Amino acid sequence: MTSNYVKFEAVCRILEENNFDKSRLIPILQSAQEEYRYLPEEVMSFISSSLNMSPAIVYGVATFYSHFALKPKGKNIIRVCNGTACHVKKSAAIIDAIRKKLGLKENENTTKDVTFTIESVACLGACGLAPAVVVNKNVYGQTTPDKVVGLIDEIMEAR
Amino acid sequence: MGKYLTINGKKVEFTNERNLLEVIRKEHIELPTFCYNSELSVYGACRLCVVEATGRGIMSACSTPPEPDIDIKTNTERLIEMRKITIELLLASHDRECVTCAKSESCKLESLARRLGIEEVRFKNISRKEPKDISTYALVRDNGKCILCGNCVRFCDEIQSIGALGFVGRGSQSKVCPAFEMDLESSECVYCGQCSRVCPTGAILPKTEFREVWKALSNEKKKVIIAVAPAVRAALGEVFGVTEENGTEIAGKIVTALRSMGFAKVFDISFTADMTIVEEANEFLERLKKDDHMPMFTSCCPAWVRFVEQYYPDFIKHLSTCRSPQGMYGSIARRIMPEFLGIPKEELVVVSVMPCTAKKYEARRTELAKDGVVDIDYVITTQELALMIEEAGLRFADLEASAFDMPLGFKTGGGIIFGNSGGVTESVLRNVINSNGDEAEEFNFVRGENGVRETKLKIGGKELKLAIVHGLKNARRVLRDIRADKKRYDFVEVMACPGGCVGGAGQPVYLDLAVRKRRSKVLYENDKIMELHKPQDNPYVQKMYKDYLEKPGSKKAREYLHTSYKYRKRFKETLEIFKSPSDKAVNVEVCVGNNCLRKGSKEILKRIVDGDKFKDAVNARALICLERCSKGPAVKINGEIFEHCAPDGVENAVKEELKK
Amino acid sequence: MTIDLEKITQEFLSSRDNITKRVIVCTGTGCVANGSIKVFKSLVDTAKELGIDACIELKKENKGSFFSKSGCQGFCQNGPLINILPAGVLYTKVKPEDVKEILEKSVKNDELIEKLCYRDGNAVCKGREEIPFYQKQHRMVLKQCGIIDPENIREYIANGGYAAAKKACTEMTDKEVCAVVLKSGLRGRGGAGFLTGRKWDITRKQKDSKKYMICNGDEGDPGAFMDRSVMEGNPHGVIEGLIIAAKAMGADEGYIYVRTEYGLAVERMNRAVKDATDIGVLGENIFGSNRNFKLHVMEGAGAFVCGEETALIASVEGRRGMPLPKPPFPAQSGLWEKPTAINNVETLAAIPIIINYGADEFRKIGTENSPGTKTFALTGNVANAGLIEVPLGATLKRIIFDITGGVTNDNGEVKEDNFKAVQIGGPSGGCLTKQHLDLPLEFESLKKVGAMVGSGGLVVMSKHNCMVNVSKFFMQFTQNESCGKCVLCREGTKQMLLMLTDITNGKANEETLVLLEQLAKAVMAGSLCGLGKTAPNPVLSTLRYFRDEYDAHVKDKRCPAGECVNLLSYTIMDKCVGCGVCASKCHVKAISGEKGKKHIVDGLKCVKCGVCMASCKFSAVARG
Repeated sequence: MTSNYVKFEAVCRILEENNFDKSRLIPILQSAQEEYRYLPEEVMSFISSSLNMSPAIVYGVATFYSHFALKPKGKNIIRVCNGTACHVKKSAAIIDAIRKKLGLKENENTTKDVTFTIESVACLGACGLAPAVVVNKNVYGQTTPDKVVGLIDEIMEAR
Repeated sequence: MGKYLTINGKKVEFTNERNLLEVIRKEHIELPTFCYNSELSVYGACRLCVVEATGRGIMSACSTPPEPDIDIKTNTERLIEMRKITIELLLASHDRECVTCAKSESCKLESLARRLGIEEVRFKNISRKEPKDISTYALVRDNGKCILCGNCVRFCDEIQSIGALGFVGRGSQSKVCPAFEMDLESSECVYCGQCSRVCPTGAILPKTEFREVWKALSNEKKKVIIAVAPAVRAALGEVFGVTEENGTEIAGKIVTALRSMGFAKVFDISFTADMTIVEEANEFLERLKKDDHMPMFTSCCPAWVRFVEQYYPDFIKHLSTCRSPQGMYGSIARRIMPEFLGIPKEELVVVSVMPCTAKKYEARRTELAKDGVVDIDYVITTQELALMIEEAGLRFADLEASAFDMPLGFKTGGGIIFGNSGGVTESVLRNVINSNGDEAEEFNFVRGENGVRETKLKIGGKELKLAIVHGLKNARRVLRDIRADKKRYDFVEVMACPGGCVGGAGQPVYLDLAVRKRRSKVLYENDKIMELHKPQDNPYVQKMYKDYLEKPGSKKAREYLHTSYKYRKRFKETLEIFKSPSDKAVNVEVCVGNNCLRKGSKEILKRIVDGDKFKDAVNARALICLERCSKGPAVKINGEIFEHCAPDGVENAVKEELKK
Repeated sequence: MTIDLEKITQEFLSSRDNITKRVIVCTGTGCVANGSIKVFKSLVDTAKELGIDACIELKKENKGSFFSKSGCQGFCQNGPLINILPAGVLYTKVKPEDVKEILEKSVKNDELIEKLCYRDGNAVCKGREEIPFYQKQHRMVLKQCGIIDPENIREYIANGGYAAAKKACTEMTDKEVCAVVLKSGLRGRGGAGFLTGRKWDITRKQKDSKKYMICNGDEGDPGAFMDRSVMEGNPHGVIEGLIIAAKAMGADEGYIYVRTEYGLAVERMNRAVKDATDIGVLGENIFGSNRNFKLHVMEGAGAFVCGEETALIASVEGRRGMPLPKPPFPAQSGLWEKPTAINNVETLAAIPIIINYGADEFRKIGTENSPGTKTFALTGNVANAGLIEVPLGATLKRIIFDITGGVTNDNGEVKEDNFKAVQIGGPSGGCLTKQHLDLPLEFESLKKVGAMVGSGGLVVMSKHNCMVNVSKFFMQFTQNESCGKCVLCREGTKQMLLMLTDITNGKANEETLVLLEQLAKAVMAGSLCGLGKTAPNPVLSTLRYFRDEYDAHVKDKRCPAGECVNLLSYTIMDKCVGCGVCASKCHVKAISGEKGKKHIVDGLKCVKCGVCMASCKFSAVARG
């Protein structure tokens, strides 16, 4: 079975589980994103067609919420907390260091080779460990620019 | 007992006003607003209609229901300052190339800035020049001018049920766009253009083509003929401060103006409207007799036609095959006029003046072209006509009236009232009902403002049920009812724009519903003073049939005056399921549109890609959609579409294909 | 069949007859980030190796020690935390390698391992009772958090859970429930402090047969995690509050809207709703009262504005979370245009307490106009960041200095004069300064000084934090999170951010400050929803209390706190011995000089990272 078919079937299943209910659009998009790791246009079109909605409305919802990704994300996701506590403890410097390390331009969040994506999140709720960084679900507390650059080096070397 | 509140110290009675803004307007105070529109839901976003209520602070008048004894002030120092700041904020992010903006002078942002005394913009200029979307024939979108009031989005959704435009993004990054930020032509837009009417700035405007018309006029090798739609005369005067009971004087001035611009002939679309009625009434009676796809739908509104083609392919056969009056004008102009007027075909340039943006699209429908050449070269709107008159320096108010050219200048009242919602039905009825009286029969039951009006009447012993609809959301409701057998009709008239063509998006922009009602009245008054009221009585129409078209419904008439329709995709998407490395692979495209999906197209797809049975021998795709909605699941194998498919059948068909 | 709470309690209690010790590992988000899951696993594995009788599930046949996980215990900076009951020992900063010792000394025997205890100065604190952080709190809503197993509904019931819901459903009328809550004076803990009882009563009086009850768990304030902790640590407390609320207004369906970033809270709420439905406290005919209540968990999708009631409703309906003008209020026309009440997590968690103990008991805590307790998330430059609960009316001094152990500087040292300000209520709140240290924290008093309780985030700033920069940070946040609907908020926050950026870059003048204040006031007065109306608070409040810092930025182009990099310059003084350490540390090679001689900084190359200053052992680098 091709992986594309498996994903397609999953979206069909998601639609069925949600009874093709328009008001369930957000959970449907969330589940679809879990399958594809982002929301490809054709999948959103398919969802809008199946829910009998205007695609502009589906796209409007997908672009409103920051949780939805419209572009493929990198294999490794680095989320830097920029909540107040982390900010006060200079998380901005960490973001700068990572961007510089990965060679990301302004408005660019994913490296060209799609290995890394950097996200800045408003509060992970780990304020006691500020500044906090999450690399692929592992939380690192009380980080510094040097430490995070080291983590990236480790991932790069492991490849 | 009356309820009272206080506005600026004055006690004011209120009754059933929906909000404070309406009560305040009743007091002749025009609070500034961008996003309040009585036709749409209350949005409360522009924050300009703010008022100060004692004990309650600042609130937006549009979203606050009137309450007894509330004491409000509309122009305190705080409010003035807030409104100024709001306008300045908008101007700071607005593409302020105002002098060259087509909306200049009718732009609400511009006029409010002037009214509120904005002398400088203290905020940083963060405006962005955005590329304009010129993809359609009907409209031009310029997001640099958008102030995000949401009127277009709400109109498209709430009144037309289309939702071609939506908000994209969030906060200061948000903008109004079709889905996936595509251009408008790729969206579900039906070109009614009402978004441009409710847009307070130059962010959405009807596309203009009058520059090309000027060019043609100055080309000595060309003869330019023009025809004016009925609704135009009801509204053009507004631009020049000329109003009139019945529009005849204004129509006459239009003719004079057009002649002085150099048009070789000036015709009246009302003539072809008469023809449309004669042809359509004939079609109706024929179809009624044969019970052929009843109810019959009118087809003179191109936005409505496009709507049926996009959303209700199963109803396409219900559309009258008659061309619209513009379509008939184009056909006669191309096929008959050269000989009639003695103008060589290649020298003829055909122009029409329409109250409508969708007519620009209609003129380019391939179904209305012959050998790849469209009948009508240019369609200009009432707004464009006004611009041309101004540009030519004509003092419209002072022009003498003159008469339209014959034969396409003679009309009955039936052709005139076409511009109103209900007008087509009324004219058809005048034609169908066998009456010998010369007096105009007023079918008051088909007139009115309601979005869906129903009526019954007896013709030849048979009871007919009619519906008159304006606004596409209303149309959608009626179609659903028909489909669900909840409603049975024989004849349904639909106009996409509220009020019909008088409220079209090509007309001078109106926001006050009274304006539209006045236009509508002008056409009915015009009808009253006409000599003839029934389209079939038009002697020139009769002559046209006699000389060129034989009789209504004849082969010739069908060729010249009818058209065809087809399913048009709303949007097209393909999901790649499996791509074979081989270029000889069989292409299998399975429709996963709403209907096919529910009938099991997923299982078909699964069968194709499951296991190793076809390995690299097929390219599999899921597709929206193959347009066989009532005959699904549909599958396309190497270009050939199969209906009512099942996994076994498709598997076998692919095997067959592989053998080839 | 009606649920028998008594029977469940008896069964639960008898199931632990043979349990002699309980070891609780905190698995709140903070402790998990510090590795508490590994600690728990090690505990289970090592116990097996050592042959210690232990179980991770309560069953009659199990004996010895019972290992369980808990929700957040609040003492986040000292995690992972391990509690040992009944001795009441609390171990901090436990690592997997400490587990063996704990098992051998403290579980098998009753020895105390002093090195794992928290120290207050030099004093070893054995357990919560001796730690000032806990001593000086009043834990009511958080009482169960960190003790009970949040994933075990039976334990919740055995601790008196769902008794209040049963009482409300079977012994009280709708009106009575509303009346008790109104009398208790409970005010919404989510922000504005509206009387909860009144909100319910308005919803109750609506004549519609269908009504909805929504729990707002979309806690988006950066620096606030109270609701997250409650949902993770005591999900059934929230559900019980919802059941009582639904009963009070006649709602038969409800939603818990949880912020998507709170993965664990989503998981725990889902589990709790399922368990509660299975056991029969949710669903049809609950407690035999003929009332139904169906509850759904909805995960947000990342939009702070959805904390606003009407935006939250739009989001539940599957639309863009854009607020609607009020009126109509949700109580009149909310979800699917039906009467809807929306309460915050902490508010709902307080409800069972009020029903159980009565309005009068509740009023004994807190102040006259703000009764009860409030949880605060304390973060920033404090010695012990974490989650606390105090009676409303407690002073800042008590919270910052008594409970969390004082203010730290950039190097983590606690000093008396480090304190500069506290930002309360996140991006919608304001700041409090030294002059407010004795101000009782409650709804009215805070409003008076231009701040608000908000959701309860308290971020402590030290003298190294630039207040202009702080307000820029919050403006950046609200600007990002503005839904974009109304002009004042969308364009206003953007322009305010631009002005604040100019100020921190030294590109502003005094007129900028005047315009900034004017704009802030307009946005506050005229925005459509709460987000916009409160977005200017950080600016106005810092302008009010730290005008001198703003003035220094615009007049002298100087940042007194030394945080605004574009206003900084580094120079090397004559003290320099020419060791070259700074030059080697400098990333951009802005420092040059001969070995043994004074070095110089090239101002054009310098990116003002400050590494030279930090690395100089001779304090020869000056910042100006």
